[in-house]
Amino acid sequence: MNKQKDATIPTIPFNALVSRWFGRNLIRIYAVLGFTYLFIPVLYTFAFSFNDSGKSNLVWKGFTLDNWRNPCGAPEVCTALGNSIKIGLLATIFSTILGTMIAFAIGRYAFKGRSSSNLLIFLPMATPEIVLGASLLSLFLVFHINPGFWPTVIAHVMFCISFVVVTVKARIASLDPRLEQAAMDLYANEFATFRRVTLPLVAPGIAGAALLAFSLSFDDFIITNFNSGTLKTFPEFVYTSAARGIPAQANVIGSAMFILALFIVIAGQFVGRRVKVSK
Amino acid sequence: MSNAFSKVKIPYLLLLPGFLFLFTFFILPIVNLAQTSTQTPIVGGDTGQYEQTLHFSNYVTAFTENKEQFARSFVFALCATILALAIAYPLAYAIAFKAGKLKNFLLVLVVAPFFVSFLLRTIAWKQILGEEGFVVPTLRSIGIISESTTLTSTSFAVVMGMTYNFLPFMTLPLYASLERIDPRTMEASGDLYANGITTFRKVTLPLSLPGVVAGTLLTFIPAAGDYVNAAILGSPNTKMIGNVIESRYFKIVDYPTASALSFTLMAAILILVTVYIRKAGTEELV
Repeated sequence: MNKQKDATIPTIPFNALVSRWFGRNLIRIYAVLGFTYLFIPVLYTFAFSFNDSGKSNLVWKGFTLDNWRNPCGAPEVCTALGNSIKIGLLATIFSTILGTMIAFAIGRYAFKGRSSSNLLIFLPMATPEIVLGASLLSLFLVFHINPGFWPTVIAHVMFCISFVVVTVKARIASLDPRLEQAAMDLYANEFATFRRVTLPLVAPGIAGAALLAFSLSFDDFIITNFNSGTLKTFPEFVYTSAARGIPAQANVIGSAMFILALFIVIAGQFVGRRVKVSK
Repeated sequence: MSNAFSKVKIPYLLLLPGFLFLFTFFILPIVNLAQTSTQTPIVGGDTGQYEQTLHFSNYVTAFTENKEQFARSFVFALCATILALAIAYPLAYAIAFKAGKLKNFLLVLVVAPFFVSFLLRTIAWKQILGEEGFVVPTLRSIGIISESTTLTSTSFAVVMGMTYNFLPFMTLPLYASLERIDPRTMEASGDLYANGITTFRKVTLPLSLPGVVAGTLLTFIPAAGDYVNAAILGSPNTKMIGNVIESRYFKIVDYPTASALSFTLMAAILILVTVYIRKAGTEELV
């Protein structure tokens, strides 16, 4: 029966072939559509970074490289970018250190209060950004601290810590405990084991967490908007200039960040692969 | 003995700086928020001056005046979460099981759009769906929408924007839990004469449930408190509770009502999340 069916394949009506092909590749077609949806605004942003737009970058007026040659051409754009980078770096350093320490405590030790520690880490992630930002602003106002650069850094460290903890903890959990036992068997003391074995093994997780913290900080708008006062970060610049139409230079910076981040991620994967091979 | 004692202390010493920080800049502000929410304006005082009265009247007015925006926030967030799940699940499934060698590359592609600032992407959507974009004229010319219909400044645009912006928060946890499934469990199901749909319903879906729970939470929570999508893609008729809180802080300078609204939002979300996690039965998430 089956054999006969196979033999008749060439004479199956075209419609049936098409529908069979769709049936088999449905999930792939769906994935292609999904990726298209994901990339439409990215391509749009990239394309309009080459727009010879003048002040308002709403309608396509012609191709130019001027915006890429002079990314700081629009007023304030690079000041805002500089603020975002500075805040991002500081927030990344502090949140990575604090978060990694917490991750080691929770991931490595059994102690009283471990589950409530987990809860304290989960809560900031389960709180809407607007509540985090607004409540922190109220606190600063109570203590007569003016919103600005450092309040923004503090706010960013606060919401990044949880994400660092979760990321590093996952890496610690995936470690093979026998590696540390082996180091101890070879007469390494606890400190040496930590420095020569544990830390290098957890390092990729810490690096990933730092990258995550930086991108969260760099892209944050809601919490920043509450705590930055008159200081303007890059997302705030984009938001406030949206009404007048954002300058094409903002598209240049957005696209450049995209290319840079993609490069870092791909390079990271290559390094990861080489480390695996050399092992 | 002293060595053992200090060993007990190590985890606490590691926790101390981070937890001090979180206590000062997360717990304390929330307590302060609760306190501010029960303040009332000083009779005869200037605008922006309040006294602690421990009245809950702010909550009553905050809620009755903004019932509509509260309801809209939760409905929009729910729609965005369901849409994101519908888009992200097949995507994550395709990457986990059908991508072969392209797996890592596709995973990078899922995250890549989110390296472009989300405000730039949201504004891009506004322009793509706007009058000058190419979508509206095309849809009009083939008669799918009428001449007077617009796509921006609608609930549709707001929900679509939120779905788009929170998609990686859905895709990544789904992928993580799908990727962990041993393909042999699916083969076994097929060997036991289950068809594709039954295998999915009885094997794949239940095993990926932790990812579904994590993804829906990570999408729903920020969506419910969001005001950026509503501000850029919506209209005054699509205001969410986030927009109300934002304008209470910055335009009206009414901190007590804004605090009451924030606190209500947080409490509502926490209750929903707790109920949801209990129902879904994956407590290991927390």
